[in-house]
Amino acid sequence: MKFGVVVFPGSNCDYDTYYVLKEVLNQPTLFLWHKEPDLKGVDCVILPGGFSYGDYLRSGAIARFSPIMPAIVEFAHKGGLVLGICNGFQILLEAGLLEGAMLRNKNLKFLCQHVWIRVENNQTPFTRKTKKGQILKIPIAHFDGNYYASSETLDKLNRNGQIIFRYCTEDGEINERANVNGSMENIAGITNKAGNVLGMMPHPERASEVLLGSLDGLAIFQSIINS
Amino acid sequence: MKVRVLVCLKNGVLDPQGQTVRHALHVLGYQQVKDVRQGKVFEIELEGVDKDMAFKLIPEIADKVLANPIIETFSWEILE
Repeated sequence: MKFGVVVFPGSNCDYDTYYVLKEVLNQPTLFLWHKEPDLKGVDCVILPGGFSYGDYLRSGAIARFSPIMPAIVEFAHKGGLVLGICNGFQILLEAGLLEGAMLRNKNLKFLCQHVWIRVENNQTPFTRKTKKGQILKIPIAHFDGNYYASSETLDKLNRNGQIIFRYCTEDGEINERANVNGSMENIAGITNKAGNVLGMMPHPERASEVLLGSLDGLAIFQSIINS
Repeated sequence: MKVRVLVCLKNGVLDPQGQTVRHALHVLGYQQVKDVRQGKVFEIELEGVDKDMAFKLIPEIADKVLANPIIETFSWEILE
């Protein structure tokens, strides 16, 4: 599985993601510069976390017009695997590859902490190595992670099994206390209808080594590798 | 030509920043303040554009870039 990690001005999790894929999981991995509309034959595109274009205007709003984006949209429409992490998720929403939008966190704080998320659907290329209902401990680090969608969109996401992760307590309970950023229905990650594009706010690349306090993020990358 | 575009969160979309400003105003004693919604203002200078063209161009720009139609609405006016 050949991975491409997209680098925008302001990306800051690009090297972490590259490191996990290349050094921890021994996968061929390369960086894709946002100005080059060439995906260089990768099998999976990752939009990493960070603050592309300083989050000016809205998070992800400027990055979605980068020269590489039409190639990513085309790749996604052909069924290519695309994973957006944090700012990458925000970019996928702005680009219309995923439905909904992000609002500022309900408590107006930048949240940087470990959270627990529950796997709601393991029948995706990103979660096959997990179990349905499995609880993953993965950190978040964001200001705009308060997921919003219209009630029609939420119905559709629920009906199609597109809600992949929900914020939960350590015991897997979905409640308001666990919903740190105020997201609708505790949503932490969704896919498109076809299931080949995933956006998630937690950072699996920051939970892929014992030293970092959790290995739970590896399951997501391993799912992709085995897809 | 100079135009001003105003982008606001849609009614019904939670605005935690506006709520915090309202709360601060209440603490300062301005109990008359019933609600606050926070938005963004863009002042845009156009060149070689007449009024008819502006009516086509500005909504296009606002819809495509300045506002996210899922959560925001916009209004605009010609300043000069």
